[in-house]
Amino acid sequence: MSHPSPATSGVPRTIRPHGDLVIDIEGVTKLYKMGAETIHALRGVNVKIHRNEYLAIMGPSGSGKSTLMNMLGCLDTPSAGRYEFNRKNVATMSDDELADIRNREIGFVFQTFNLLPRSNALHNVELPLIYAGLGKHDRLEKARHALVNVGLGERMNHKPNELSGGQRQRVAIARALVNNPSIILADEPTGNLDSKTGEEIMALFERLYEQGNTIIVVTHEEDIARHARRIVRLRDGLIESDVTA
Amino acid sequence: MRRLYYELFEAVRIAFAQISANKLRSMLTMLGVIIGIVAVTLMGTAILGIDAGVESSLAGFGDDVLYVSKRPWGNMTDWWNYRNRREIEHDYAQSLNQWIAEHTGTPLKIAVPTVMWRTNVFRGEYRVNGIMSFGTSADYGRIVRSDMKEGRFFSEIEARAARNVAVIGFDVADALFPGEEAVGKQIRVRSQQFTVVGVVVRQGSFLGMFSWDSQVIIPLDAFARLFPLRYAEQTIRVQIDMARREEAKDDLRGVMRRLRRLSPEKKDDFEINSQQVIREQIDPIKQKIALGGLFVTGLALFVGAIGIMNITYVSVKERTKEIGTRKALGARRRTILLQFLIEAVSICVLGGLGGLGLAWGLSVVVGVFMPSFPLVFSAALVLLGLSMSVATGVFSGFAPAWQASKLDPVVALRYE
Repeated sequence: MSHPSPATSGVPRTIRPHGDLVIDIEGVTKLYKMGAETIHALRGVNVKIHRNEYLAIMGPSGSGKSTLMNMLGCLDTPSAGRYEFNRKNVATMSDDELADIRNREIGFVFQTFNLLPRSNALHNVELPLIYAGLGKHDRLEKARHALVNVGLGERMNHKPNELSGGQRQRVAIARALVNNPSIILADEPTGNLDSKTGEEIMALFERLYEQGNTIIVVTHEEDIARHARRIVRLRDGLIESDVTA
Repeated sequence: MRRLYYELFEAVRIAFAQISANKLRSMLTMLGVIIGIVAVTLMGTAILGIDAGVESSLAGFGDDVLYVSKRPWGNMTDWWNYRNRREIEHDYAQSLNQWIAEHTGTPLKIAVPTVMWRTNVFRGEYRVNGIMSFGTSADYGRIVRSDMKEGRFFSEIEARAARNVAVIGFDVADALFPGEEAVGKQIRVRSQQFTVVGVVVRQGSFLGMFSWDSQVIIPLDAFARLFPLRYAEQTIRVQIDMARREEAKDDLRGVMRRLRRLSPEKKDDFEINSQQVIREQIDPIKQKIALGGLFVTGLALFVGAIGIMNITYVSVKERTKEIGTRKALGARRRTILLQFLIEAVSICVLGGLGGLGLAWGLSVVVGVFMPSFPLVFSAALVLLGLSMSVATGVFSGFAPAWQASKLDPVVALRYE
């Protein structure tokens, strides 16, 4: 099987030097019990991700891609193996400690946007800051800044159903950015968008990368993965390839 | 700590957004709580009303007065035993006063004879029926706590001379002298004319059972000309030093036994009553109302709580994905727990406020149409109603909120 290398996308691109180690995964396995059957979603995965990387995780369904993403996002903990996030062991953390890591260190972008339907864009972006315990004034200032950064300065008081799909995803990206996290974790961020809007979102990720953010995109689309500087491919719970441009 | 405050604020905001987004559903859910709170509040107003009624009625008795009579108050059984007792003679009062004068330092202060007969009272065309006519001495005015609306109590001289003078209750004055002053005018009791010298201030009735406002008080010797004393209800009222109540009772009992010439082995053939007895009569009634009310209220609130628990479970189910999102964004378990708990409590508190409003409206309506029915609204009741609402909310919201807080974020995010 031959895949086009990320470097072949044709556009001249900046590659920023790597910073500190953010994610250090070694020998991670994950088992699920489905009735009498045990499913090995991950069978011993090793990944190191540094600050300033732009990484795509690819793989067909059932490859363990989603499980790895949940693990990276500290939504789930490994059955065995070592996972250090910013040199802190995540594998043994309690629910609340994991919640705090997710709040401060990880910005999630979902395929289905996952905005609160009854809250306007500003409040949606403000939400992680409430959980961070920030005062009202700081929250609004940061949330406004994040929305302006994704080009939605004019639509702050609109509710999700008053926004287009692309705009909704921009709100979600602003929400992911607002707490200045170590990584942005995007799960099929263009999956619910038409290709033109999808490209706009990928252009936004490109810009965010250049601004100094660390981005991990989980996708099964080659076109999307091509934007990343490094592609990790999974198959049957193992890393099949890990190519850096 | 600050974080918790912001989370609480956010939880309240979401709760109200959620309630206003599901108005009909929330209203229907509130119904059980509304009914429960109306029940508890009306029960409370009734109990407070009875208390107020008892207090105002008992004020007419005077709480520092003992009543010597043939039968104990409130005891409805064995009446035949008491009926055949010797009469309480009104001149015991004189002997008692003599004894009091000889024994300085006794907690007994003064004895007043009263005899009572129910009769009709007339003034020209006007008449009132079934009025309690009391014959007594001039000292009666000193031991009764109620004030005079106009005029005065009859004097020692008037009493000694058995003059036809009368002090009348508020209702009697109102019925016989509508819109005019009663003092100085004539009323007729049986065959004789009496001059009104005073009107007692209004005291109100107790559950409409009896009222000090429909009484006529005349000198004992004048009373004796109208009614056969032998068959009148005779009572000796003795004012005492309240601080030495038990001692006073003992003294009074001793003197009464001597006056009745009872040998030591014989039982008392008289009773010493006080308004305490009436209170003791009322207490079990209040308890029964409270118990019945508690049952109805508990049932209504329980049904309401189940409804709210159900709707909170539905809400958790509907918003599973939102819970997943919030967890991904850093909501801790307590954040989610608080959010749903506060939603349930908010519904209950809104229902509670609705119930209190309804109960208040009802008590006003009842007050307008049935003034004698005792309903008293109080701040304590509002507080009780609200705290019961909060308790119901916590009780019904906890299980679903706990379930929501325990959701696995991975599973919750995948939920469609």
